[in-house]
Amino acid sequence: MIKTDVVIVGAGPTGLFCAHQLGIIGLKCEIVDNLDKIGGQCIELYPDKPIYDIPAVPECTGEELTNNLIEQIKPFKFNFHLNDRVQELTNESDNWVVKTTSGKKFQTPNVVIAGGVGSFEPRKFPTKSAEKFDGTSVLYSIKDKTIFKDKSVAIFGGGDSALDWAIELSNTSKVSLIHRRDEFRGAPASVQKIQELSEKNIINLFTKYSIKDVNGNGSLEEVEIKSEAGESKIIKADYVLGFFGLIMQLGPIAGWGLNLDKKAIPVNTENFETNKKGIFAIGDICTYPGKLKLILSGFHEGALAARGCFKYARPNEKYRFEFTTASNTIKDRLGVK
Amino acid sequence: MITCPIFFCAYIRAMAKIKYIEYNGQEHVVEVQNGLTVMEGAVQNDIPGIDADCGGGMSCATCHVYVKEDWYDKLPKKEMGEDDMLDQAYEPNSNSRLSCQISVSDDLDGLTVHMPEKQV
Repeated sequence: MIKTDVVIVGAGPTGLFCAHQLGIIGLKCEIVDNLDKIGGQCIELYPDKPIYDIPAVPECTGEELTNNLIEQIKPFKFNFHLNDRVQELTNESDNWVVKTTSGKKFQTPNVVIAGGVGSFEPRKFPTKSAEKFDGTSVLYSIKDKTIFKDKSVAIFGGGDSALDWAIELSNTSKVSLIHRRDEFRGAPASVQKIQELSEKNIINLFTKYSIKDVNGNGSLEEVEIKSEAGESKIIKADYVLGFFGLIMQLGPIAGWGLNLDKKAIPVNTENFETNKKGIFAIGDICTYPGKLKLILSGFHEGALAARGCFKYARPNEKYRFEFTTASNTIKDRLGVK
Repeated sequence: MITCPIFFCAYIRAMAKIKYIEYNGQEHVVEVQNGLTVMEGAVQNDIPGIDADCGGGMSCATCHVYVKEDWYDKLPKKEMGEDDMLDQAYEPNSNSRLSCQISVSDDLDGLTVHMPEKQV
């Protein structure tokens, strides 16, 4: 069990700046994110797209913003728990016990939810029958490629993940690649390689087809695909892989007993606390009258939530407001002279 | 106070009527101001069925709509990247568009869009 002052759920810009504010006022925090990297939407959705409305930064990309925020909180040496998702929150006297998917446990008086629009999860096949095989023979990521050796594998998708795995697995498996149109969004070299492998009949390529059904008695046997005109084909398959990118789901947050307004969590605007004591929500995931989904609003919300956390983390101390330009205590915390 | 009728007309004309049809058949007709996107028209009028998680950045495919042939060809053409994003939408087909990429203008007065069963 890791004891800390605050657990931040989400390592996007809002969570990162909240961590900075916690560091400034002398609190410790642990940051958990479902993605394998820091930055949230900024890094997953638009790392190269310019952002024009960060105060005093006329233009920067999502990646630059993330890197600067990481740099800004470096002095505090906070721990990141990436590739992990907060699953459960339970109340124990004045603390919350936070459990993650990987089995980590935290004890903390404060949880700050900075989860954006939720956690990123792979988009799954729309077909009901695919659910039955989910995790066994219908997969959305590959952990161990050796399971596909000498098997028939049907891969759906037109991006780099689909193309790279089709090329890679074609060495040892019978690969079919199915895509809804005849253009691919993968790297040109991969697209060319796929065309070559298709011409040599190493890969069965089906364009302008999408999934219709998966069939099998006990284990998966075949996948049925359909064209838009309604024509269908059956392909033998031991495994079906789908690479349709990531979608955002509210996920376990919906089960924590918090008030919800559509997909957002209502908060007060004094310290961004939710209806549960010690649980705060900031950034895109929170809502209140006048809420703007801007990164700068998330920064403001994080600064105030950090002060809200102080009350529960240091119940016997009085919070004293200080400026970073003037306070020697803060300069010590930042490690500057 | 007297409302100037000419000014009033000009104001009305800067809007286009857009019909949004939910998957269950429920129709919503709203006036959307020129220059806004079809996605914004739905979100600002609380029309269910369009999530727009990324806020219009062509980064998430959760404002996916179907546009029937009669209107599809009249829409501004897709920019680079829209089809790539549509690959990641729920049940895309050749009538699919991202509603954040359809800018409303006088030409689109009367446009009908159909929402998919779900966005995520």
